[in-house]
Amino acid sequence: MPNFKTRILANQEIAPGYWRMRIQAPGAVADCKPGQFLMFRVQLSLLPLLRRPFGIFRTGFQPSDVDGLPPVEYLEILYKIVGQGTAMMSELHQGDRVEILGPLGRGFSAGATGREKILVGGGIGLVPLFMLAQDLVEKNRVRLLMGGRTRDDIIAITEFERLGVETYTATEDGSLGEQGLVTDVLEAKLKEIGEADVFACGPMPMLQAVQKICARYEAPLQVSLEALMACGVGACLGCVVKGAGHSEQTPRYLCTCKEGPVFRAEQLDWDLMDATESSCEGCK
Amino acid sequence: MNSTGSKNGISLAVEVAGIRMKNPIMPASGTFGYGEEYAPYIDLDNLGAIVTKGLSLAPKAGNPTPRITETVSGMLNAIGLQNVGVDAFIEHKMPFLRELNTPVIANFFGNTLEEYGEVASRLDAIPELAGVELNISCPNVKKGGIVFGTDPKAAFEAVSTVRKRLSKPLIVKLTPNVTDITDIARAAEDAGADALSCINTITGMAIDVRRRRPRIANLTGGLSGPAIRPVAVRMVYQVVNAVSIPVIGVGGISTAEDALEFLIAGASAVQVGTANFVDPDAMQKVIDGLERFCLEEGVDDIRSLIGSLEVA
Ligand SMILES: Cc1cc2nc3c(=O)[nH]c(=O)nc-3n(C[C@H](O)[C@H](O)[C@H](O)COP(=O)(O)OP(=O)(O)OC[C@H]3O[C@@H](n4cnc5c(N)ncnc54)[C@H](O)[C@@H]3O)c2cc1C
Ligand SMILES: Cc1cc2nc3c(=O)[nH]c(=O)nc-3n(C[C@H](O)[C@H](O)[C@H](O)COP(=O)(O)O)c2cc1C
Ligand code: FES
Repeated sequence: MPNFKTRILANQEIAPGYWRMRIQAPGAVADCKPGQFLMFRVQLSLLPLLRRPFGIFRTGFQPSDVDGLPPVEYLEILYKIVGQGTAMMSELHQGDRVEILGPLGRGFSAGATGREKILVGGGIGLVPLFMLAQDLVEKNRVRLLMGGRTRDDIIAITEFERLGVETYTATEDGSLGEQGLVTDVLEAKLKEIGEADVFACGPMPMLQAVQKICARYEAPLQVSLEALMACGVGACLGCVVKGAGHSEQTPRYLCTCKEGPVFRAEQLDWDLMDATESSCEGCK
Repeated sequence: MNSTGSKNGISLAVEVAGIRMKNPIMPASGTFGYGEEYAPYIDLDNLGAIVTKGLSLAPKAGNPTPRITETVSGMLNAIGLQNVGVDAFIEHKMPFLRELNTPVIANFFGNTLEEYGEVASRLDAIPELAGVELNISCPNVKKGGIVFGTDPKAAFEAVSTVRKRLSKPLIVKLTPNVTDITDIARAAEDAGADALSCINTITGMAIDVRRRRPRIANLTGGLSGPAIRPVAVRMVYQVVNAVSIPVIGVGGISTAEDALEFLIAGASAVQVGTANFVDPDAMQKVIDGLERFCLEEGVDDIRSLIGSLEVA
C-alpha cells in the first residue's frame, strides 16, 4: 500500500482536541509494522501544501456495511489538533476521499523475549506504542507508563488495558493517576524491576529525561522521534536529527523519516539534541 | 499509464542540450533524492530524465535543523546542500541509476572554482551520465562569499572553468535572486553552457511570532512550490528571449497546465520539484496530462508548443 487514494470510515473526537480517524486501507494489517507512520494528504488542493506525518495507531478489519461483502481492512490514526492541517482533518467525514502514503520508516524491534517491557508515552506520543504492545503482550510482561498535562491528554488507555498491558498514569496537575511526571514513574519502576526494555515516544524534554534514566539503569531504549517532514521518503533531507558522534567536523545526520522514526538511544546524540526540535507541537 | 515518446500518434519527445528525452518532464534537483527514493512510487523509466541531488567534491553535512517550513502554497528550505559527495555517488548511487532506461543528469556545486572544476571532471568520467546541471547559487568562499550566480563575471568564470573539464552536455541552473537574470543567462551562454535551467529557489524568511524566532535555523531559506510559479514563468520568458540556447523551466509546477505555461513561454523542458513531496506520482500525472492536452488541442508534436506564446 505505497501511495493510495482511499476513504474515511470514521472520524471522531475522543477527548478534547484529540481525534481518531479510521481509514480504509487494504493490505494494512500485513504491511504496517509497529512504529511506522504515514503521510496524510489533507486536501487535494494546495492548502496545506505538504502532507502531514502521523503514526499508525492500529490496523484491523471491520464488518462491511453491505451484507455479504467481506470485512473492510482499516488503519487508524490518532491526532491532536495543533494547527491548520489537523484542524482541517477534524472537519472530514465518513466517506470523504483521502490520500495516504505509507507505511513509512523503521519501526520498533521487540528486544529480548521474556525481559519486561516498559512503554513510555507522553500525550499523543502514545500512538506508535499500541501496535508494539499488541506484539509484545504475546510473550512478555508489558507496562505502559502514560503521562500528560491533564486527564484530557491521557487517551486510549483502556485499549492498552484490554490487551493485558498494565497501565500507570501520571498527570502534571494530578487530575488523573499520580501527580507528577511520567519519568518519575519510570525511575521507580526500573528501580523495582531492575531489568527491562524501554520504548518511548513523546515530547523531547520527556525523551531526554527517559534517556538519562535508562542510561543510569542500563536499560536498552528505543525512541520514536518527530521532525518536520516534507517528503517522508528520504528525498528532501528536511527531517534530519543529529546522530551519535555528530560534530561540525564529523557531521552525522540521520533521516527521521527513513532511518527512523524509531531509533535506538545509542544512535542519537543526546547532548546536542535541542529540546525544541524533533518534538512536535502535538506532544508539547 | 505508460507514457513513452509517442502514443495516440502524439510525440512528447524533446531534446535539450543534445540529451534526448521521451517527454519534457524531469525532477528538480534536491527534491527527488538520487532517484531510488521514489522508485516505489513512480516508474522512473517514464520520466524524460532524472536529475540528482546536488553533489559536491566532499560529502556535505548540510545545515542545522529545523531546515524546512511550510508557507502559503510553498515551502522554505535550508537543507544546506547535504549530499554524499561525488565519489560516494559514483560508488553507491550510480549502480541503481545506471540500470534505468532514462537519461541521468547529475546536479553539482562547489564553493571554489577549483572544486567546480574537479567535480566536473569526475562526473565527466561516468559514461552513463547523460549530462550535468551546474548549480551556481553557491557562495565563492575564496571571494568573500559572493554567490557565483549573482554576478555575471563570477558566473562566467564558474561556467568556463567547468566547460574546460567537461565534454558532456552542460546545463547551468540560474538563481532568481538577482536584479536582472538575463545578464547571468548571457554570461553562462558565453561561457559555454549548452542549456540553462531556471529558476532555483527564491530567498525568503518566515518567523514564528510567538517564539520571536526564525522558523528555520539558517534564518533564511529558499522558497519553492506553487507560490513561485509566476516569478519562474516570467524569468523563463525573459531568459528565453535573451539567449539562443534551450531553457529548462523550473518553479512551482504541479500539474500539466503549470508545465504548459513554461513550454508556451519558451522552455524546452521542465522540472518538477516540491510537487513530488505532495504527490510522489505528480510527474506521471503531468506527463499524462500533457498527452491529454495535446490530444484535445490537436497537437501531434509537443515541440510545436514550445515558445508558442502569442503576445498581442
Ligand atoms: C513520524 C511522525 C509521527 C507523528 N505522529 C503523530 C500522531 O500520531 N498524532 C499526532 O497528532 N501528531 C503526530 N505527529 C505530528 C504531526 O505531524 C503534526 O502535529 C502535524 O503535522 C501538524 O500539522 P498542522 O497543519 O495541524 O500544524 P501546523 O500548522 O503545520 O503546525 C503547528 C505546529 O506544529 C508543528 N509541526 C507541524 N508539523 C510537524 C511535524 N511533522 N512534526 C512535528 N511538529 C510539527 C509546527 O512547527 C507548529 O509549531 C507526527 C509527526 C511525525 C514526524
Ligand atoms: C528541499 C529542496 C532541496 C533542493 N536542493 C537543490 C539542490 O541540491 N540543487 C539545486 O540546484 N536545486 C535544489 N533545489 C531547488 C529545486 O531544484 C528547484 O529549483 C526549486 O525548488 C523550484 O522548483 P519547485 O517550485 O518545483 O520546487 C532544492 C529545492 C528543495 C525544495
Ligand atoms: S521528510 Fe524528506 S527526507 Fe525525511
